[in-house]
This record gives sequence, structure tokens and C-alpha cells, in this order.
Amino acid sequence: MSTTDISISKDVHHAHEEHDHHHDQNFFEKYIFSQDHKVIAKQFLFAGIFWGFVGGFLSILFRLQLGWPEATFTFLEPILGKWVENGKLDPEFYLALVTMHGTIMVFFVLTAGLSGTFSNFLIPLQIGARDMASGFMNMLSFWIFFLSSIVMFASLFIETGPAGGGWTVYPPLSALPQAISGSGTGMTMWLISMALFIVSQLLGGVNYITTVINLRTKGMSMTKLPLTIWAFFLTAILGLLSFPVLFSAALLLIFDRSFGTSFYLSDIFIAGEALSNTGGSPILFQHLFWFLGHPEVYIVILPTFGIVSEVITTNSRKPIFGYRAMIGSMLGISLLSFVVWAHHMFVTGMNPFLGSVFMFLTLIIAVPSAVKVFNWIATLWRGNIRFTTSMMFAIAFVSLFISGGLTGIILGNSALDIQLHDTYFVIAHFHLVMGAAAFFGMFTGIYHWFPKMFGRMMDEKMGYVHFWLTFLSAYLVFMPMHYIGIAGFPRRYYSWTGFEAFNTFTDMNTFISLAAIMGFTAQFVFLFNFIYSIFKGRRATANPWHSNTLEWTTPVNPGHGNWPGEIPAVYRWPYDYSKPGAAEDYIPQTVPYSQTQSSNLPYEKDLE
Amino acid sequence: MVANLVEEETSNGGTHPLKFALWLIIISIIMMFAAFTSAYIVRRAEGNWLEYDLPSILIVNTVVIILSSVTMQMAYNAANKNNLSLLKVMLLLTLGLGTAFLIGQWNAWADLVNNNIYFGGQGSNPSGSFLYVLTGVHGFHLITGLIFIILVLTASFKYKVHSKKMLRIQLCTLYWHFLGGLWIYLYIFLRVNH
Repeated sequence: MSTTDISISKDVHHAHEEHDHHHDQNFFEKYIFSQDHKVIAKQFLFAGIFWGFVGGFLSILFRLQLGWPEATFTFLEPILGKWVENGKLDPEFYLALVTMHGTIMVFFVLTAGLSGTFSNFLIPLQIGARDMASGFMNMLSFWIFFLSSIVMFASLFIETGPAGGGWTVYPPLSALPQAISGSGTGMTMWLISMALFIVSQLLGGVNYITTVINLRTKGMSMTKLPLTIWAFFLTAILGLLSFPVLFSAALLLIFDRSFGTSFYLSDIFIAGEALSNTGGSPILFQHLFWFLGHPEVYIVILPTFGIVSEVITTNSRKPIFGYRAMIGSMLGISLLSFVVWAHHMFVTGMNPFLGSVFMFLTLIIAVPSAVKVFNWIATLWRGNIRFTTSMMFAIAFVSLFISGGLTGIILGNSALDIQLHDTYFVIAHFHLVMGAAAFFGMFTGIYHWFPKMFGRMMDEKMGYVHFWLTFLSAYLVFMPMHYIGIAGFPRRYYSWTGFEAFNTFTDMNTFISLAAIMGFTAQFVFLFNFIYSIFKGRRATANPWHSNTLEWTTPVNPGHGNWPGEIPAVYRWPYDYSKPGAAEDYIPQTVPYSQTQSSNLPYEKDLE
Repeated sequence: MVANLVEEETSNGGTHPLKFALWLIIISIIMMFAAFTSAYIVRRAEGNWLEYDLPSILIVNTVVIILSSVTMQMAYNAANKNNLSLLKVMLLLTLGLGTAFLIGQWNAWADLVNNNIYFGGQGSNPSGSFLYVLTGVHGFHLITGLIFIILVLTASFKYKVHSKKMLRIQLCTLYWHFLGGLWIYLYIFLRVNH
């Protein structure tokens, strides 16, 4: 049973063996090298949570430095060793901290942890498939990610420290080992890790797309798909098109670092010595990087669009407002995400005309984004809202997305961006709109689908504590950052007390740091709740949220193959909530129109 | 088991999931080369670009890889007609031509070195380095294609490739044609931009 011929065709025909035959799977096949999408999803989730805590911890370290620039941190010596000298954080280590915080959060938590968990878990369950198109490739995707994680994690402990050139690793800083200690071995490991990461993402993405296109159950047309699936599908397409470009960019950077080529290097003097590299262009790297980098922020946020849409409509007990507009706006955002990358590069000396083209395209993104926000609010409007923890996070997501998105309109204008570039205003913008918002989306998903993943419920009271502390600290951290950003406070600066202009912000920085520590501490409430509920949580029913989608038609703990019997067929869209005339306030997708004659609309009579 | 389930439930027509997945992989490879070649164009427009002659052996290699695509297609047709001995011969020929192409590319690199066009180090220019990267990354993918052919060949010796079991060779043929087409694109691209 467990021998899976993923390769090309089956050589022996097993007729209908989708029943509970997996008793003979040993521990490794069942939990470690599993090809079951649900187990792989949980593996991604655990890895993502682990990385989330690592990334969060790093941010607390540099927030300590920023909040109390004059203090001595001798108490950190047992953890950080040589990186703290006489109680002072090493400046190059500070750069490594922000670099690794960015890399870990963007790639390891919000790309692998988010897409990896929910695409894997929900795609087969919500479209009615037994598993992914290729379980083997799916398993490979996780284990290559795991390898990549090990390399990245190990780089935190090497003597010269992890990569320190910022998560965007711009050359020449990242290309020259003699520039800073973080551009030495740490940078090499960063590149190896990211190359593996990209391979893992491509394997995963190919699977997600193939599964959505090929393995939908009977009746599940593209316009009957839950919005989650549309979101995961488009995310995977974005990844498939943009990650190879990052791979190319990284490959050229590897050649520049280790093989003496000059793709990105030209006419450089370093430490009184002239390098032989000629003819390279560092701007070239920025173009290649941001061609990935911009779609990447949508890879982070799109899955949460889907998750939040699903949770808001379920807990408002109302059909989603503008289902097709939601799909259309996601398509629009995906398309636009490929033609706006140069708005990250307004200060590279690009042609102002080109700058205004990119500015125009960037500002258009506000339209589909506003459509989505409008539709979420319209869905909430006069709904029978149930404030589950998941719903709280979903509503807060909309709030964060609006607050962060508005500053996007400001930053998208090249004239304003040149002023605000690389200040804390930018930090505030993207942390709200893609950082905090994506995290809130992820929590929304975890709280909502936890019963399906583990067969138990998470504790609501602890959930509320977690929610309110996180929500408050998200705003308390990032709102003041707008203010100091407009004042010109630059990002990535280790120490700023030497500048007269910024001295007045000491209190505000201390305040931000305190809020950040509060936010980080709150995550331990979540962690406890999560682990506790896996083992001791209240047992879940098959459909605890009275939801319409297919995953809730499986047993409480779905086995390998998801449905014990035949895969259910689908007759209607997933958002028939509170339909007038219906017996209950929800009609699952598996209920044919012939059974709901009292609630059918005139045009649905033909489908009976 | 999973793959069996997959096959079972998609036998009702349409593209096979693995074939579809291969198309997606091809798209990602295309994106990679799109990045390289557009970087090439952008970088070239900025000046400080060393002009040199392409190694003359590249045209021979191009012919070789086109021939290998022809033999691959013939292998496919042979499998479709259950002509198993011709299938093996054609697969072996494809394998040989593919290897010949790689050796030819290696010679092209030797030519470049003789002309003082280096990949890296003192006196190298991105114009030369780009040629090495384009041919090298293509060569790497070609090696994966050769491994694929070897797998299909081994299967054919076990009578696992015939008109009722076409998926394996179908995927291999698709991938091989893609690699040939990719090289033709790269060759024309290099010709035009030299």
C-alpha cells in the first residue's frame, strides 16, 4: 500500500483501494515521510510556527537595542555570547538580526508556513480530491524545505554570523565577503538555503496548480470553488512565475561571490584595494530581485485573502458579497503584481518617466484591493456575526489591511517615496499590510481549521486573550513608526542617538519596543493553547462552524484518502448561508437543489 | 497508492496530472531563462560590453540537438506502433546525440577559453560570463533530460513502454523537445545579440 508509484504510470493496477488500509504503515511512513497532504500540511505548520518564534525573537533583540540604545545588555551574553561585548550589541550582528528577521518572516513563515500549511491542507479537502496530484513531490517539497531550514538555522550559529546584507541581499554589499562579516559564510549559506527553498516552493506550487486544475470532484466547476482555493491557486501561479527569476538572480550572485564573475560588480575599491571586476551592474540585481520580490508580497497576502473571505462569510452567516468580483480582483492583483516591481527602486536613479509608469501601475492596485475590502465589509454588513476567535482575527485582518494599504498609496507616488524611502514609514507600511495582516490571516486559518486538522477545538478564552494582546500590540508597534518615519528616521540604523534630529524619539522607540515585547509574549499564549488543544482540547464535531465547504463532510479525523466512501459530488456554490426559505442557515455544497425546493431561486428551479 | 487513486479518478479524459505538472515545470524553466536573457539585454545596453565571436561549433551542436529531437519523436512513434526494437534503437540514438551535444558544448567552452573569453576572474566580462551561464544552465537541464531518457530506456527493456503505456515516453518526448527548442531559442538569441 505504501509503495507509491509516483513516477509515470502504474505497473500493477490496484482497483479501488482507498479504504482504511493504512494500518500497516509504520511510524516513519505515517508521520515523517508521509505523502498524505494533511500530514505534510501539519509538518509545514509546525515548521512555520517554529520559524515564527525564531523570527519574532530576533526582532525582540533588535527592538531592545532600538528601545534602549544606552543600556547594557549583559544579561544577553549567555544567549548571544560574543555578539554582545561589554553589554553592547555588536553593530554587524544588528544588521544580521534584521536580515534574518526579514528572511525568516517573509520566506519561512509567511510563504512556506502559510501556503505550505493551508494550500496543502485545504486544496484536496475543499475541491474533493483524495490527495495531491503527486504525493511524492509534495513530500519532497517539505523535505527540501526542511533541508533549507536547517541550512538557514545553522547559519545563525556560525562564528562570522548569518547573512547581514538585508533580506533583499543587494550586491555589492552581499557579494563581497570582505565588506562585512555577514557577507562571508553566512551569506553563502543564505544563498544555498534560498536555492533549496525555491526548489521546494516550485515542487509545491506545481502540485497545487495541477491538483486544482485536474482533480476537482464532480460538479466542482471553477466558479463553484471556495475563494480559498482561488487564492491558493493564484498564489501558486505567482510563485511558479517569480521564484525561478529569484533563482536566476541568486545563481548569478553565487557566481559573483565564488567564481569571480562580474554580473553585479564593477569598479570597486574596498579597503584601499581595487577589485578586478568590471562591467557589472548592481541595479541589474535589484531588477531581478524585485521581479520576484514584488509578487512575493502577494504570495504572502493572497492566501490570507482567501482564508479571511471564507471565515468572514461563514461567521457572518451571509453569502460572500461579490463572489465573482472577489475572484476578479484577485486575478487583477496577481496580474498587476508582475508589472510594479520598480516601485521599490524609485531612488536608483531610474528615468523619471519610467518611474511614473511604474507609479501609475502601482496605484491601480488600490482598485482591486479596495474592491476586496468593500466586499468584506459588505459581507459583514447586517450579518449574524459570530465572534469566534478566528472571526476576530479575520475582522482585524481587514482593519490592518486598510491601515497598511492606505500608506501604500502614499508610498506608491514616486515623488513622496523619494522622501520616505528607507525610513520607518516604509517599515510601518509593509509590516501592517503584509506582515501583521498576513499573520492575522494565518491565525484566522489556524483557529478556524484547527478542528479539522486535529479533531479538537482550540480554547476560545485563551484565543481572545491572544487576539486582543496581538491586535493591540500590532497597532501600538506600527502606528508610531509612521510618525518617526515621516520625521526621517532611517531603517537599518544600529544607533541613532548620535543624531541631534532623532534624539527626541527615544521615548517613542522605547514605547514601540515595549509594545513589541508585549506582542511577542502574547504569542506564547497561542503556543500553549495550540499544543494544549492538540492533546486536551474539547473534541470537535464534524462541522463545528456549520460551514458549507467540502472539508466538513469528511469524518472528524479524516484518514488517508479523506472520504471513507465515495467522494461527494458538488451541486452549488459554497456560500449558501441564511438562504431565505431554507430549513437551516446553511446549505452545504453537497446538497442538490432537488432537496431544497423551498429555498430555490427562480433560476435554480431548472436545476432541481 | 495515491498515484493509483489519481489515475483512477482522471481516466475520464483530459490531460494527465503528471503531464500537466511537467508543463508547469517547463514554464518555470522558461521563466528562469527569460530572466537570464532579459538580464543579458539590459546589461548589454549599459555599455562596457566585450564583443567576441561565438564559437563556430555551436551551429553543429544545434544541428545535433535537432536530430536528437527527430530520433526522439521516432522513438515515440515506434512505441505507439508497438515496434519495440525500433523504439530501443531510437532511444539509444537520442541518448547518443544528446551526449554528443553536451560534448560539443564542452568544446565550445574550450574554444572560448582559447579566445581568452573567461567565465570569471581577471579580464572576464559579463558578456562572456553570460554565455557560460546560458549554456551551462541549459546543459544542466539537458543532463536531467538524459537521465529521463535512460529511465525510459530501462523501462523499455522491461517491456514497460508500448502503445498501452505511453505516458512515460510521452513526458520524456515533451521534455526533450522542450530542451531542444530552448537551445534553438538561446542560439538565435545569441546570434541576434552578437
